[in-house]
Amino acid sequence: MNGEKEKILQRIREALAVPAPYPGQHGGQPYDGGHAESPEEGDIAHWLPRVGAAFDARSDLFARNSAQLKSTFHLLESEAAAAQALAEMARAESWQRLAAHGDGARGASTRAMVSKLGLASLWTDAGYDVREMERCDAGVTECDALVAQTGSVLVTGRSAGGRALSVLPPHHVVLARREQLVADLPAAFALLERKYAGNYPSFIGFITGPSRTGDIERILVLGAHGPRKLTILCW
Amino acid sequence: MAAPSIFSRQFKTDAKRVTGDLRHRGLIQNALAKYETARDLQKASYQDWQGARQAAAERKWEAINHLDVHLEAFASKLEARGTKVHWASTGEQARQIFLDILREKGARSIIKSKAMTAEEIHLNDSLEKAGYGVVESDLGEYIVQLRNEAPYHIVFPAMHLTRGEISSLFAEKLGSAPTDNPEDLTMIARTVLRDKYITADVGITGANFAIAETGMVSITENEGNARLTAALPRTLITLLGIEKILPKLSDLALFLPMLATAGAGQALTGYNSMYGGPRQPGECDGPEEYHVVLLDNGRTQLLADGEQRDALHCIRCGACLNVCPIYRNVGGHAYGTTYSGPIGSVITPHLRGLQEWKHLSQASSLCGACTEACPVKIDLHHHLLQNRRNATAMLPVWWEKLAFRAFGFLALRPALLAGLIPFGRFAQKWFHWIVKGGPLDPARAWTETRDLPPIAANTFTDLWRAKKRASRRQEETK
Repeated sequence: MNGEKEKILQRIREALAVPAPYPGQHGGQPYDGGHAESPEEGDIAHWLPRVGAAFDARSDLFARNSAQLKSTFHLLESEAAAAQALAEMARAESWQRLAAHGDGARGASTRAMVSKLGLASLWTDAGYDVREMERCDAGVTECDALVAQTGSVLVTGRSAGGRALSVLPPHHVVLARREQLVADLPAAFALLERKYAGNYPSFIGFITGPSRTGDIERILVLGAHGPRKLTILCW
Repeated sequence: MAAPSIFSRQFKTDAKRVTGDLRHRGLIQNALAKYETARDLQKASYQDWQGARQAAAERKWEAINHLDVHLEAFASKLEARGTKVHWASTGEQARQIFLDILREKGARSIIKSKAMTAEEIHLNDSLEKAGYGVVESDLGEYIVQLRNEAPYHIVFPAMHLTRGEISSLFAEKLGSAPTDNPEDLTMIARTVLRDKYITADVGITGANFAIAETGMVSITENEGNARLTAALPRTLITLLGIEKILPKLSDLALFLPMLATAGAGQALTGYNSMYGGPRQPGECDGPEEYHVVLLDNGRTQLLADGEQRDALHCIRCGACLNVCPIYRNVGGHAYGTTYSGPIGSVITPHLRGLQEWKHLSQASSLCGACTEACPVKIDLHHHLLQNRRNATAMLPVWWEKLAFRAFGFLALRPALLAGLIPFGRFAQKWFHWIVKGGPLDPARAWTETRDLPPIAANTFTDLWRAKKRASRRQEETK
């Protein structure tokens, strides 16, 4: 219905011929200053919850937020320590199968860590069967950033093995490096723009804690549809 | 006087019933008390919540007051990456677009995540009539769908139900064993719905924001159901109102946390996902086809009202519902509208007709709690007042006009007024109780549920004169 496009745009233009008061000017004069500018990155950060500048302050905040969200955050010393933590999880939860991707920025290291577990592994890199992924006990992904302010993991279809890997298996394990921990949401969006402007992945997602619902009497239940567990290994 | 619309009569009947329902009141108070605690804690963590509100209002003002420019940019960016963008002036056209896509794809199984816009155009009904089954995947929406009910609240659809009721519902419809554990109930739904995701060939979502700069749809949710809906089916359709626009991707750094805080008292909602198209070359999953349906359905009419245009800034967080003394008493279903609470009372008359829906603007104490709560500073309670003014200007009520003219006449003739007051006092004392609250009572709307204070034994003029006399006497005795 392409004719409708023109009709709707026409109605909008006619409607906008009448000016509207600018926010905060109740009953005052209409604003006629043309396009208003988006606030700068620094401005937004200035209104949102405060985040310390030093790495320790950020990682402390991320840890506190993780605890509140009921995700698990391990700040580790080395890749070897991370590999060990992953192996312990696999044992503790007796994983049989897991899904992962090897096409991330640090694909070689991710592949090595996952392969070392010696479990049946589904790799999403070149496409995969959804039913097979549904049978996996965990999904292992890389990420674009960790956001201290909200305890979020920033992923994209390109950095984290597609759209489903980080949400379909019951346990999502994130592999992150210390330098990926950013202070706040404005910094995360600035990073997205630096990294992808002009060629954004078709999926970008902020993951803040395991899947949750409060739809029954506002009582928190984890694992509504997505993962019941979210573990972040950072080194 | 024109007779009140059937919607107005229905509203009064339902509101009265629900207000007296103590069980219902308990549920709502319990749910909202939890919300309030979390929200206040979260708001306090902001360095400047008021500054953030002002900035959010300005961003939305920019988006809405240059809506044509931003919408075109949004659509062309999406199209450039292979999304098919459809435009619908009415709900009827939007439903037809859906039916055409489903027919072309030969859809057999459809999974849907929460979309108030779909409720607005009764999408599920029309798809079901055409033979397509649609499964709601948001837990609350799934519950109300099983009950054949409209969502109770725009953010918490099943807020009015107890776990016991949900358990019997699941037992009846899904054959599950009864349980009073919310976790078990959630897992029952999870298991049923998991299978639906995997077999669905079409996914339907709503949207929270539409980013003009990059051509992306942003979806906010806690459960992961929208993410699965956007990841697994081969065809994905997103329905959104044209007012969802934001100019820049980075604007989300402000809007996502504010939506979470105002809406549910969270720092950030569990999943905030941005979709810029179908599966792109080199990507391993995602739908082969992506359709975006842009819906007007009366929004341009609201846009044309400069005074109330900011009602289109609404991000559907539900904060105004949660604080509204009317909503908290009459509940979400009494409104009889898709959008309930203060924002619903403001916009419904624009979307569905002022005369039929003006009663909602009357159902307000004008306390302003909604305006205070709104994260994008919509001047809600003034808009309710403006709706009242517009409704009366369009269709004056003759007996109100007569009453005010009579009052004006008397107020300008104090001697006459003073002469009539004893008569009024007499009539109130000896005759009003006979008809009070009944169909013959001229003040019935008030006296049915309230007392009418008796006309004072002495009028202000009497008191004034007595006081003056007393002081004169004092002067004389000195």
